[in-house]
Amino acid sequence: MMKREHMMIVAHEPIAENIYALTLTGPLVHEMNKPGQFVHIKITSQADPLLRRPLSLCQIDKETSQCTIIYRKEGIGTTLLSEKRPGETVDVLGPLGNGFPLDAVKAGQTALIVGGGIGVPPLYELSKRLVKKDVNVIHVLGFQNKDVMFYKNEFAKLGETHVATVDGSYGTKGLVTDVIAECAISFDVLYACGPKPMLKALEQAFPNKEVYLSLEERMGCGIGACFACVCRVPNSETAYKKVCSDGPVFKAGEVIL
Amino acid sequence: MNRLAVQLPGLSLKNPIMPASGCFGFGREYAQLYDLSQLGAIMIKATTLEARFGNSTPRVAETPSGMLNAIGLQNPGLQKVMEEELPWLAQFDVPIIANIAGSTMEEYVEVAKEISKAPNVYALELNISCPNVKKGGMAFGTVPEVAAELTKLVKEVSEVPVYVKLSPNVTNVVEMARAIEAAGADGLTMINTLLGMRIDVKTAQPVLANRTGGLSGPAIKPIAIRMIYEVSQAVSIPIIGMGGIQSAEDVIEFFYAGASAVAVGTANFIDPFVCPNIIAELPALLDELGFEHISECTGRSWKKGEPSVYCGA
Repeated sequence: MMKREHMMIVAHEPIAENIYALTLTGPLVHEMNKPGQFVHIKITSQADPLLRRPLSLCQIDKETSQCTIIYRKEGIGTTLLSEKRPGETVDVLGPLGNGFPLDAVKAGQTALIVGGGIGVPPLYELSKRLVKKDVNVIHVLGFQNKDVMFYKNEFAKLGETHVATVDGSYGTKGLVTDVIAECAISFDVLYACGPKPMLKALEQAFPNKEVYLSLEERMGCGIGACFACVCRVPNSETAYKKVCSDGPVFKAGEVIL
Repeated sequence: MNRLAVQLPGLSLKNPIMPASGCFGFGREYAQLYDLSQLGAIMIKATTLEARFGNSTPRVAETPSGMLNAIGLQNPGLQKVMEEELPWLAQFDVPIIANIAGSTMEEYVEVAKEISKAPNVYALELNISCPNVKKGGMAFGTVPEVAAELTKLVKEVSEVPVYVKLSPNVTNVVEMARAIEAAGADGLTMINTLLGMRIDVKTAQPVLANRTGGLSGPAIKPIAIRMIYEVSQAVSIPIIGMGGIQSAEDVIEFFYAGASAVAVGTANFIDPFVCPNIIAELPALLDELGFEHISECTGRSWKKGEPSVYCGA
C-alpha cells in the first residue's frame, strides 16, 4: 500500500557519468511488491524545488529492508539529490503505479528485456524476478555511449546481454532495435522501458507479440489526481489512461504512444 | 464549541479547510489515504457539459517554488459526474462545492442548473478564470460586465449559492469583485492561477505543450494575500482564499487578509496528507495566537479597533 515515509540513505554513489545509485532503507520497502513500480521523492523540505520526482525502483530487497534507485543527474532536483549523503533521509511517497506483469511469461519461456538509457533500471528487478521463476531472459540495453552505460555486468549475470551505443563506443553501434534484428532474437514476451521513440519502434516491430512497455511522463501528484500524465486510448476522443496510476506499464496497443 | 466551524452561504463547515478544484480530482485517490469526512468541504474538478480530454502533454512544469499546469479542464462531463462521481462522494460526511466551466454562457447555465440539484452539492464555484482553455474559462473572468452577466444567469438557475472564482490575471481585481457581487454572487473564491510560461534552454521551445499554463504553489501566495486584502475590504460577501497554502500558518495569514475559509491546491501533490495535517495543527496555532475561534482572524490585518491579541510566549 502507498505510504509516505522518511527513508534513510545507506549508500549513494555515481556508477556512470551523471548516473547515480541511491540505496534507501525503511519499512516502506515491505510495501514494494512489483518490479516497474516507482517512488515519488521530495528532495528537500523547502518549497524549492517544489515537486516530488518520480523515480523507478531498480532493486527491492525485503531481507535487508533496502531498495535501490538509479537516476540521472539532470535538473535542479536530481542535482540536489546527488548531493545527499548516507545517513541523511529523503521523503518518499510510494510505491506507486502498477509494475510489469510477471505472469505474462511461464517457466521455460523466453523474455526479451529491452532498456534504453535511464529506462534500464526498473528492468533489473524485473529480470531478477523472472530468472527466479526459471524464465529464460535475454537483455538488450541501449545507451548514448560507453560513459553513461551501467549495470551491464549485473544484467550479464542474469542472462544473455547485448549492448548498443549510439556512437558505437561499446557493443553494437546503433539502437536496440538494430541489435534485436541483427541477432535475430526470438522470444515469447517482450518487456521494455526507455524513451518513447524506442517504445514506438518496438511496438511496431512486434505487432503479433505480447509486449509490455513502461512509460515516462512529467507528473504532478503521482497518484492519479492531477491529470498531468494522461495519454490517449485508441479509438476515442475523450478516453484516457494515467501513466502514474493506470501505468506506468501498459500492454502495447493499450495507449497511444 | 468547535473552534474551526465556519458558516458561509449554503455551507456549514466543520472546519474551513478544503482541497481546491483541480488538485483533488473527485476525491477517489485521496480517499485511499484518509477519511474525506475530515475535510471542511471538497471543491471537485471543473465539470463541463460534455467530457473533455484536455491538452496534450507535457501538462506540468516546475518553476521556482511553484508549478505551471495546463491540464485544459479534462473531466468526464456532467452526466458522468452526476451519475458516478457525486453519488460516490455522498458516502462521506462532507459538502461538495461543484466547480463548473464552459465554452459558452449557455453551457455554464446548463451545467449549473443540473449539478446544483445533486443532494451533496451545497454550493457552486463558477470557474471564469481557467487560463488553459481556448474558449471560455478566463475569457469570462477578465471583463467585469461579462463576468457579471454570467453570474446573473447562473444565479437564476442554481438551486444552491454561487461562489465566483476570480482570476488574478486582471488589471483591477476589486472592480471585478464588485461587479460580481452586484450581480448577485453569494461569495468569491480567489485566486485562480496566474498565466505563466517556461521555455526549455536546450530546445528554445515552451516546456508545456499548451505553451502557457497557470502558475500555482507558494510562489503565488503573496499575490493571493494582496488581492484578498484588497477585495475583502471592498465587498461584503465572504471569500474562500487559495493560492500557495501549505501550512496552518498560511491559513491564518489568508484569514488575516480577509478570507473566511481556505482551499489547499498544489500542496496536495507534494504531501497528500496536507489537508488533514493542517486541520489537526490549527487548534494549537489558535492557542498560541490567543484566538478562541478561527473566525476572529478574518480581516484582522485591516479591521480597525482590533489590535493583535498576541502577547508573545
